[in-house]
Amino acid sequence: MIVIRALLARPWIWSFIGALFVWLAAITFTGGYGAGGMITAALSLAVFMVIVGIGQMFVITLGPGNVDLSLPANIGLASAVAMKVMGGSDSMILVGLVAALASGMAVGMANYLLIRALRIPPIIATLSSSFIVHSIDIAYGRGLQIKPPPAFADFTNIQFFGIPILAICGVVFAFIAGIALQRMIYGRSVLAIGQNMRAAWLAGIPVERVRFLTYTLSGALGGINGALLAGYFRGASVDIGNEYLLSSIAVVVIGGTSVAGGKANVPGIWGAALFLVLLLTMLNTFGVSAGVRLLLTGLIIVGVITAAGGQKAMR
Amino acid sequence: MTVAATEALGRSGFRSPAFARLLRALLPALSLTLILIAIAYLNPRAISYFGFSLMLNLAIPIALATIAQMFVITVNELDLSIGTFVGFVACVTATWLRDAPLVGILVLLGSIGVYAALGALIHLRNLPSIVVTLGMSFVWQGLAILLLPKPGGKAPEWLLGLMSLKPPLVPFPILAAIVIALVVHFGLMRTSYGAVLRGTGGNAQAVQRAGWSILRTKVTMFALTGLFGVLSGMALVGITTSADANLGNGYTLLAIAGVILGGGEFVGGRVSPIGAVLGALTLALAASPLLTFMRIPPDWQVAANGAILIIVLAARALISRRESDR
Repeated sequence: MIVIRALLARPWIWSFIGALFVWLAAITFTGGYGAGGMITAALSLAVFMVIVGIGQMFVITLGPGNVDLSLPANIGLASAVAMKVMGGSDSMILVGLVAALASGMAVGMANYLLIRALRIPPIIATLSSSFIVHSIDIAYGRGLQIKPPPAFADFTNIQFFGIPILAICGVVFAFIAGIALQRMIYGRSVLAIGQNMRAAWLAGIPVERVRFLTYTLSGALGGINGALLAGYFRGASVDIGNEYLLSSIAVVVIGGTSVAGGKANVPGIWGAALFLVLLLTMLNTFGVSAGVRLLLTGLIIVGVITAAGGQKAMR
Repeated sequence: MTVAATEALGRSGFRSPAFARLLRALLPALSLTLILIAIAYLNPRAISYFGFSLMLNLAIPIALATIAQMFVITVNELDLSIGTFVGFVACVTATWLRDAPLVGILVLLGSIGVYAALGALIHLRNLPSIVVTLGMSFVWQGLAILLLPKPGGKAPEWLLGLMSLKPPLVPFPILAAIVIALVVHFGLMRTSYGAVLRGTGGNAQAVQRAGWSILRTKVTMFALTGLFGVLSGMALVGITTSADANLGNGYTLLAIAGVILGGGEFVGGRVSPIGAVLGALTLALAASPLLTFMRIPPDWQVAANGAILIIVLAARALISRRESDR
């Protein structure tokens, strides 16, 4: 009883309850058929949201106005870079991953440079850089038909007893991110800056260095995500990252991180990602049309935000 | 304002903060002029009645969407759903508004009501507008796809007629842009309630203490966003003649860029309707006609928008630094 009460006091538990509820609704509809497969599929898709979600979480935690809108373009470019560098051969997998990471980090650094040097609000800075990155991707990745190396494609699809290996990596990564956030100087600095940037600066925190690291981290995670997505979906594409603009922000907010900054939550990101993916799965099993699916997704996101509510506005 | 600025200029020369302020106010017009000069240099024949009608064809819906975005930015919010909303309106216009005008009008009025309700919801529950409107962008797109699963429909005759007007001397898009800019400028910058509306973005607490309802100002601004979104969608269908659920998707980011290009600030209620329209025209011209004349492949169109945005913001950062040197 005490355990349950302690659990319910945690903000992130609600996203897991939501995910469970949606899953139950879906398997009730199918009469229990495909219950396990649904979880496997949800885990393999949710992990991509978690990776970019964690990057976005650190950025949003920096305080009002901080958000990375360049993730979709970044993911698209990194997926093309990874596939081109790997060139379909197993021996180049690691080089390709490093290239994707570097491409993502470059985008993140460019974002920070725009914010710092031109004093542009982060929203518009990441927006304008995303325009440019998107164009680079279109020009660079045009007609790119390279398949991922077989070993890499297999790696992104391997499962242990129905649990994708990527999801296990994702959980480990989330655990590390949680420690970095709550127990390491970097994470505590991000939280402090989000609560009051000036106070953090007066307390001797290297504010600009931490912001630089955070935007670079978000970019790097976008890059890795692009490479993994290209492996999972067996090929790069310009639009591969499109859905991660909404989902990266949504998992952060639904997961219990404050949009006003200074208060973050890592476990909630996993819950929220599972919730969103299972929600789509449920709507698919109900056999609704694309229009109804989009409509319901939108309404549920607005509904969840409204129910969670009570936070300070983003900007 | 211009007269006062010129006087200040006369007093203290070109290095004064007053000059910086003037420069800052003129920046949107300056960027547009630069683009026009570039186009005139690359293709002199484009600078004609016919050339402008053609090049600025799509500028009217972009300008309207930009003004719509400007209203929410005035009260420190952001609308990431305006693009899909424009698409939704386009679908309604090309189907219901043509076949059953009464239903069409009711639906469009209802969608403005939804915007007003969103304003109330965001204010009362203290929600992040970015997330709420991102969610709404799915709702509008879903509705648009339900209404028009495949591209099609047809714009009402009167709308087609209106959008292909050929007034004497001044091309229709330029005339429309001037009318839009002046009407919104008068309403928002020159009336007393306009000042209250902008004040909500500047200092909401002060406006509230002065006895105005913040709820009402936010609802008003969101409703205005809805209204101009509707106008934008209708204008768009009037030009393209048929609709598609994805017609307006690019407008969300274009509209934000237009507001910022036009001298608007994200916080503090500092916006400029005339600047926003100029910003929209700049983007409309820079996006395709300029690049076509420069023989730059369409791949780089989006990048051109990003680059222009960065260049103008860099110029503004330089000017602002001088403005604060007193």
